[in-house]
Amino acid sequence: MNTQNHAAEAHAGASVGTNLAVWIGLVAITFLEVFLAYEQLNPTLMLTILVFLSVLKAAMIMAYFMHLKYEKFGLVLLLIPATLFCLLMMFIFFFQEPGRMLLMRPH
Amino acid sequence: MHDVKTEVALDSAWSGGKSPFAIGSKKLGMWLFIISDTLTFSALLVAYSYSRLTNPDWPRPFPIQPAIIFSTTMTIVLLASSLTMVMAVMAAQRNDRKKTVMWMVATMLGGLLFTGLHLTEWFNMITKEHFTITGNPEGTPLFGAVFFGITGLHMTHVLIGVIYLGIVAVGYGRGKFSAEDVEVNGLYWHFVDLVWMFVFPMIYLMSVKY
Repeated sequence: MNTQNHAAEAHAGASVGTNLAVWIGLVAITFLEVFLAYEQLNPTLMLTILVFLSVLKAAMIMAYFMHLKYEKFGLVLLLIPATLFCLLMMFIFFFQEPGRMLLMRPH
Repeated sequence: MHDVKTEVALDSAWSGGKSPFAIGSKKLGMWLFIISDTLTFSALLVAYSYSRLTNPDWPRPFPIQPAIIFSTTMTIVLLASSLTMVMAVMAAQRNDRKKTVMWMVATMLGGLLFTGLHLTEWFNMITKEHFTITGNPEGTPLFGAVFFGITGLHMTHVLIGVIYLGIVAVGYGRGKFSAEDVEVNGLYWHFVDLVWMFVFPMIYLMSVKY
């Protein structure tokens, strides 16, 4: 199948209104993150909350701006589980020994 | 010459006769590149997170005013450029070449503005606050390597994205590239934006000076 045909079969995708709503949501989460920076939370708690909010923003960008929500589900299955698996492998070292990071701190 | 049975088999989703994911090869290639680049940035950010939590003397060089306000502005600029890229892709799907090029130029300007703001911040940190890649006056020298390494790699991606946008905008404007090329370009640009959604909170907001 040639690429012109694919372009012609342009995915329905989100409307301008939906994309604008997603963008406003992304900006709102950014301001929420900046507000959290004022709160002087414990670094571990702060990092956990920020990573959660960042993953949420990444999911919104991938689903709507990158059209993944409107692609064939097989593509999502090809891309996302493998990536998550690799990321979890990286984090195995992070949580391997929960007390280790604290022991590494200079006393 | 294939017989009828072979031709039916070749036409099935998993034989190569059809695109199993219903997308073109360029788009699939870009997605696979994005996944590999995701792992590059993830490795850097995981290493950063580990260093950040294990170093009690991690520098906090970013006061809310002006550094966090400045980096928040950079974030909004990059997010805005993602929205203009969405508009470019939508215009390309309508086959509206003039508007596609216009939105792509707007996206390039967003990328250039982001880079300009970022370089200004780097310049101030290096010349006024004496933060370098190997040391700083406030804490562990690891900060400089992490900060300049991760933000530098991201800035390189932004600059490559601006050049890529320029090439595709000219090609699409002249009718040499298709709407799919614009969409693939959009995937790259949104990925650059997506990476910043992790860099900004994890590096800037985790090092706020109170």
